Amino acid sequence: MRHVLSALVQNVPGVLAHVAGMLASRAYNIHSLAVGETESPELSRMTFVVVGDDNILEQVRKQLEKIVTVVRVDDVSSKDHVERDLMLIKVQADKADRPEIRELSRIFRGRIVDVSPDEMMIELSGQEKKIEAFIDMMRPFGIIELCRTGRIAMIRSVNRPIVGEPGSDGDA
Amino acid sequence: MASTDTAAQTQLLSGADILVQSLVRHGVDTIFAYPGGCSMPLHQALTRVSDKLRTILPRHEQGGAFAAQGLARSTGKVGVAMATSGPGATNLVTAIADAKLDSIPLVCITGQVPTGVIGSDAFQETPMVEVCRGITKHHYLLTDVNDVARVMKEAFLIASTGRPGPVLVDVPKDVQLASCVPDWDCKLNLPGYNPAKPEAKPEAIRQAAAAIKRARKPVIYAGGGVILSDASEELRTLVKKTGIPITTTVMGLGAYPGTDELSLDMLGMHGSVYANYAVDQADLLISLGVRFDDRVTGKLEEFCKHGKIIHVDIDAAEINKNKPAHIPVQSDVKYALTELNKIVEAPEDISDWVAQCKKWKKDHPFTYDKSYPGITQQSAIEKLWQMTADMDPVITVGVGQHQMWAAQFYKFQKPRTWLSSSGLGTMGFGLPAAMGVQAAFPGRLVIDIDGDGSFQMNIQELSTLVCEKLPVKVLLLNNQHLGMVVQWEDRFMRGNRAHTYLGPIDKPEWHGEGDGIGEMDQANRYANFVMIAKGYGCGGAYVDKPEDLEGAIKEMIAYDGPYILDVAVPYQEHVLPMIPGGMTVKDMITE
Repeated sequence: MRHVLSALVQNVPGVLAHVAGMLASRAYNIHSLAVGETESPELSRMTFVVVGDDNILEQVRKQLEKIVTVVRVDDVSSKDHVERDLMLIKVQADKADRPEIRELSRIFRGRIVDVSPDEMMIELSGQEKKIEAFIDMMRPFGIIELCRTGRIAMIRSVNRPIVGEPGSDGDA
Repeated sequence: MASTDTAAQTQLLSGADILVQSLVRHGVDTIFAYPGGCSMPLHQALTRVSDKLRTILPRHEQGGAFAAQGLARSTGKVGVAMATSGPGATNLVTAIADAKLDSIPLVCITGQVPTGVIGSDAFQETPMVEVCRGITKHHYLLTDVNDVARVMKEAFLIASTGRPGPVLVDVPKDVQLASCVPDWDCKLNLPGYNPAKPEAKPEAIRQAAAAIKRARKPVIYAGGGVILSDASEELRTLVKKTGIPITTTVMGLGAYPGTDELSLDMLGMHGSVYANYAVDQADLLISLGVRFDDRVTGKLEEFCKHGKIIHVDIDAAEINKNKPAHIPVQSDVKYALTELNKIVEAPEDISDWVAQCKKWKKDHPFTYDKSYPGITQQSAIEKLWQMTADMDPVITVGVGQHQMWAAQFYKFQKPRTWLSSSGLGTMGFGLPAAMGVQAAFPGRLVIDIDGDGSFQMNIQELSTLVCEKLPVKVLLLNNQHLGMVVQWEDRFMRGNRAHTYLGPIDKPEWHGEGDGIGEMDQANRYANFVMIAKGYGCGGAYVDKPEDLEGAIKEMIAYDGPYILDVAVPYQEHVLPMIPGGMTVKDMITE
């Protein structure tokens, strides 16, 4: 099972190392970890994608809550939520391939952010599956470099009963 | 009075003075501190409060930190140790990890290189916070003198509330030397920490009481949490009201009187046959302040296979961690027991069950080879218990066979009278821990029951005992071997000796040959601990004949000062019963 946890942490030195160290030393399987500031300068937000059964999820959550600088932990994936990942991808793009890459980027609602005589850089955000589908589409052209932020997620203001995929937002 | 208060509130103080005055304000009366380049300002400040705060100089930082643990474990107060940066600080690490696993409130203060050179691989620089992240409850690197008062307040709060544990405060030298006017009433900055004791929900208490009422074969399984939450009285009340047999973990010894007929003594790997049988057959396990450690459970799936589990613990993360609880009760144990005792009723009829437990206890007592012509470890501990039971002593131990035998044969009656490195299993714990207890209770009888392996891991503290006038007694069960490892070699590795003999390499015993002891006289044994004791200025004697033991113990207790009684014991003895790691009660070895 895949779970998304979101932790509000004190914005103090070492908190990322503390959290990452705890997860590593207890051998939890973390697929993605994203950190960034929040609306409050005193707090940062960490978003984790954890893979494991409900017991593992419960342990990860409780162990996170025990860390003194962790203020709150939410199980985002248990609620209706929006999930995003941001990617920059650089692909080989000679003259002949450029139109197709441009078309694919448009379909995926990506943005071409850099072009050189035989390479293109595309910015794409969306759900994990969409990002992965786009990567697959780019593979035949030749991926030169790729980097991703890791998942970030937020619970919707109005929680409607979940239809279909959790976190599904109809975006592409 | 008012004028001095005002003066105190506007006076510039150095970071070192603020830190040391914080200790005094938190009621610390003894600190174990070893100085060095980066902690000298702190030590200078300690001399300015010497009328309120005694500074004891250990002979090794690890000794100091275990002494702080000894003080904490025996009094319930926060223990405090201090060391300089680099090697001084890393020497604290084992004791910090130890305190984490046994949930002991400890504040460790380390000097650090000045902030300007942090990260430059300066002389005696170690990234102490990085080193200690996983083994502390919390940790601080102070970078601003204005934070010292607040951080010290937070450190003491975190160490002593909730599930207690060690807190590290790393203090760069320039922060010690900088000055400010301390704000003693500063606000804490702990939005993620709730120091309030979690209290069981009434519904959970009702469920627990109902389960107890329905139980046919209940057993109480009590651990260190009972002692930490000062709930030993409430535990006794529960047993009295319900008549349910009780077993304790190593950490829980003393929470319930070891001589009571409902006491099943310790459970687990070297626990009693009767405790392990009872848990195996139980239909309800009332688990109080325990964590289902592997040394208790063996194979998890088989542990208490037929029983429902009530699990009371202050730490939510312990519940369902190793063994799922049918009735989880996240609570301070004292609160939960107080509430439970208000409504609990005795189970309808458990007389057959109690009789069965008592029969097991009668049929399979802790036992040993009484035909051995010399002194055995078990007989020495039993004798010590018989002679000192009425003297309200505190017993500390090292780690290994002697530790398990002490747990089996010394019957503890009161909490905080048995101090053992239980989770981490740190050899060398006994002597410095005893030193800390003696510092907290100057007039009390404090005995370190030790093995010759463990004893030598912090033997340098004999010097501290003499110089600081701490009259700790050491019952040294000297078998010339690392007995517990020898036992495993004998049981699982065909007796092949792999560096478990503590004597010279040209002796046949080094290869597992010879009789393992040599001549039973002191000249043939290594080292000469009596001579070592005397070299440090302690009293000491050697004893190898059973008929001399009682007199020798008497002499030890009567001696005015620290004393080592070197007792010659055989190495062939095994700690029994034994459930090999990861196995079940069915695999219990009893001979």
